[in-house]
Amino acid sequence: MAFSPEVIAELKSIVGPDRLLTSREDLVAYSYDATWMESPPQAVVLPKSAQEVSLVLKLANRYKIPLAPRGAGSGLSGGSVPQKGGIALSFTLMNRILEIDTENSVAVVEPGVITFALQKEVEKHGLFYPPDPSSLKQSAIGGNVAENAGGARCLKYGVTSDYVRALEVVLPTGEIFQTGGKMVKIATGYNLRQLFTGAEGTLGVITKITLRLLPLPKFRTTALVPFADVETACIAVTKIMSSGLLPASIELMDTFTMRCVEEYRPVGLPLGAGAMLLFALDGNYQQVIEAETEAVAQICRDAGALEVRVGKSAEENEKLWEARRAVSPSLARLRPNKFGEDISVPRSALPQIVREIGDISKRYNLPIPVFGHAGDGNLHPNILCDRSDPEEMERVRGAAAEIFRAAVRLGGTLSGEHGIGLLKKEFMEEALGAEQLAFQIRLREYFDPNGILNPGKLFPTGKSSW
Amino acid sequence: MSDLEIEQKIIDDCVRCGLCLASCPTYVIKGIETSSPRGRIALLNSVNKGGLKLLDKGVVDQMYECLDCRACEAVCPSGVEYGKLVEAARSQIETAREPEYGPVKRLVRLVTLKGLFAHKNLFYTFGTLMVAYQRSGLQWAVRKSGLLKLLRLSQMEAMLPPVDWPFIKNGKERWQAAGTERYKVNLFTGCIMSTAFADVDRATGRVLSRNGVTVETPGGQWCCGALHIHSGDEEGAKKLARQNIAAFEESGAEFTIVNAAGCGAALKEYSHLLHHDPEWAERAQKFSNKVRDVTEYLGQVGLTETPGSLPLEVTYQEPCHLAHAQRISSQPRRLLQSIPGLKLKEMEEPALCCGSAGVYNIINPPMANALLDRKLDNAVATDAQVICTANPGCHIQLQAGLERRKEPMKVKHIVQLLDEAYNKLPKINRI
Repeated sequence: MAFSPEVIAELKSIVGPDRLLTSREDLVAYSYDATWMESPPQAVVLPKSAQEVSLVLKLANRYKIPLAPRGAGSGLSGGSVPQKGGIALSFTLMNRILEIDTENSVAVVEPGVITFALQKEVEKHGLFYPPDPSSLKQSAIGGNVAENAGGARCLKYGVTSDYVRALEVVLPTGEIFQTGGKMVKIATGYNLRQLFTGAEGTLGVITKITLRLLPLPKFRTTALVPFADVETACIAVTKIMSSGLLPASIELMDTFTMRCVEEYRPVGLPLGAGAMLLFALDGNYQQVIEAETEAVAQICRDAGALEVRVGKSAEENEKLWEARRAVSPSLARLRPNKFGEDISVPRSALPQIVREIGDISKRYNLPIPVFGHAGDGNLHPNILCDRSDPEEMERVRGAAAEIFRAAVRLGGTLSGEHGIGLLKKEFMEEALGAEQLAFQIRLREYFDPNGILNPGKLFPTGKSSW
Repeated sequence: MSDLEIEQKIIDDCVRCGLCLASCPTYVIKGIETSSPRGRIALLNSVNKGGLKLLDKGVVDQMYECLDCRACEAVCPSGVEYGKLVEAARSQIETAREPEYGPVKRLVRLVTLKGLFAHKNLFYTFGTLMVAYQRSGLQWAVRKSGLLKLLRLSQMEAMLPPVDWPFIKNGKERWQAAGTERYKVNLFTGCIMSTAFADVDRATGRVLSRNGVTVETPGGQWCCGALHIHSGDEEGAKKLARQNIAAFEESGAEFTIVNAAGCGAALKEYSHLLHHDPEWAERAQKFSNKVRDVTEYLGQVGLTETPGSLPLEVTYQEPCHLAHAQRISSQPRRLLQSIPGLKLKEMEEPALCCGSAGVYNIINPPMANALLDRKLDNAVATDAQVICTANPGCHIQLQAGLERRKEPMKVKHIVQLLDEAYNKLPKINRI
């Protein structure tokens, strides 16, 4: 159903005719993200300032129009899909890096900046923005903040929220304010910037972000380590992590995922092995880094590594990391669809959880390749399936639920870095408990009394989205 | 009738990760999802599922806003063959719309696709007239007269490259390997390449010959049909494909060398174009298997001799149909770096389309010019003296852009630089 002429006229008066899209073609193109979820908006609005966002929100609030903020639409949980129609609020035209402040080591950016573009730009100043979701070449920093994105380097450096110094947000009721600042310490009032981070666009709309930057490490090594099976690889991870050394990343790929990614871009992955670890160390002193790399290599050998291949050039290493980042989309080469999980467990539970995932895969007769950020306990078991087969999808649902439950039972949680969105909201009560869930729902209602921001997401709504 | 279908299987390969977005020139310029590969695939998915119609204005506009540069394909982790989708969509659109073409469109397609580019003799006559136009002083007079502005043809006229003379005579011209003959190949001389860029074809012959390769130019060959396929004229493309396959079939040469990226990509895809044709499918496959870009081939067989010194600073603009459609990216750079004295200075976004894209710069000047400006800004920022490329469309587009900006930078094909470098060395006597 289309908007009334008044709503269209008001939207047009806010952003002008060129930044309001209502053709059927445009609505199709804004109906999805990187999941299989689909639901078209009634209009797409592309704001260029916080003032415009505020006016759009006031209007949406007045007419009770649902609104879904959107970065690059590369999310893996349905977070930006306009589930209830309404307005898709796209930030692709708010994509300026406003400031790189080298004295305070912060960057001030608009939400539409592509994460990789930000990293390249700050590196020119010898600075470093560590969070590196695998979608870094396409995803927008606004989406990274809204979902509290992670990545491979988070093992050593922490996730997006560890870098958010300040946010400018627009409340659903239209107020604009900044929370936080360029300073290191703040003990003044509630830490709202952390509340908006990871809130999946349900509490307010982010229009400006101030990010902490680090000095860029001068040296970085990468090593590829094949193992006979996933469990042995996971045991090696726990040994590395209790050795006193702290790699920047330790990534895990099983034989399935290696095969898919090797088909996309042959980089010489050890296809004969049951699993591999890819680890990186970084720092400012080459000799130190080389010695630490050898120490980690030795731990791997002692833990049963089939071999250790230390990368010879930065170029070759980057190819390996690019291959690693392509794992998720390349899995579609095996089956038409995938249900990507994002469980996060204490890393001591890693060997146990991969064992259980293996069992679940057998019991439900579904291929479940496993890869992920083993070093920090964040794994991506992907259930490969064909959505056109209802019987199979029932099994997928069962297997997904069991994996979630196993993670929770082992002291972990539902999502480490993708967010809940539409895909996992049914499991929120199990993850949070009834009391906390009720409190979180009340909190949301306080921020957004008319329920216009990303309705139907994050919390269970009684009916499944898939 | 169009044999090319908008295959649902290809659409289903897309997992919508969005990795293609940053590689897509139209998305980079506009920032709108509908103008992205993922968006266009979603439109075609809706068409196949009965939502949108193929002839809906927004769908048609998007199929033609796409430059068919295929940068998205090169980065796609799921292996989506996007080019096949767009080309099939265009072919079906044109088949459906043909009865309703207006008189101007009908005339333009008749003169170009079915006329000039379909018939060698017509093209050669037209080319000869162009040489006369450019060399008699007429071009100077016409440009001064204001007539072009009056007829709104300035942009198109400015695109006319200085036409080389004489044209290549297929079947007659050959280059015997200098020294010992290592290999024997055929050269695909092309339509625009064998006329406007005849010097590049000849430079290709000379460079290969210098490296122990005998080069022949089978008679009967003509335009590759890339322009036809990109404009949705599937029948025209197939006719040319059959003509070229037949022309090269009798030769025993192991490889067919091509120096135009767009043609090379089209020749390598004859196998797809004719895959439904029982009489031609196998012959097309054989033909396509033999095609090599000249930079790919030289990378494969290696140079027998280091070229002479060429003290130049060069930046490399990757033709889309070389870098993306054929995935040839390192070989051209290695060849440039093999020239002593030559310094390769990489520009930002070397593989982002320059906006030429066949006839795109004539059909969609605003987008083409936005991309050209971006490309030239990146190229000029390197301070190089030469932009090197390997495709006539890019060559013409860059040249026209540089002239308009009054930049002293020159545009050269890779083999022209290699040829110049080899000319600095003493000649090799035939054995």
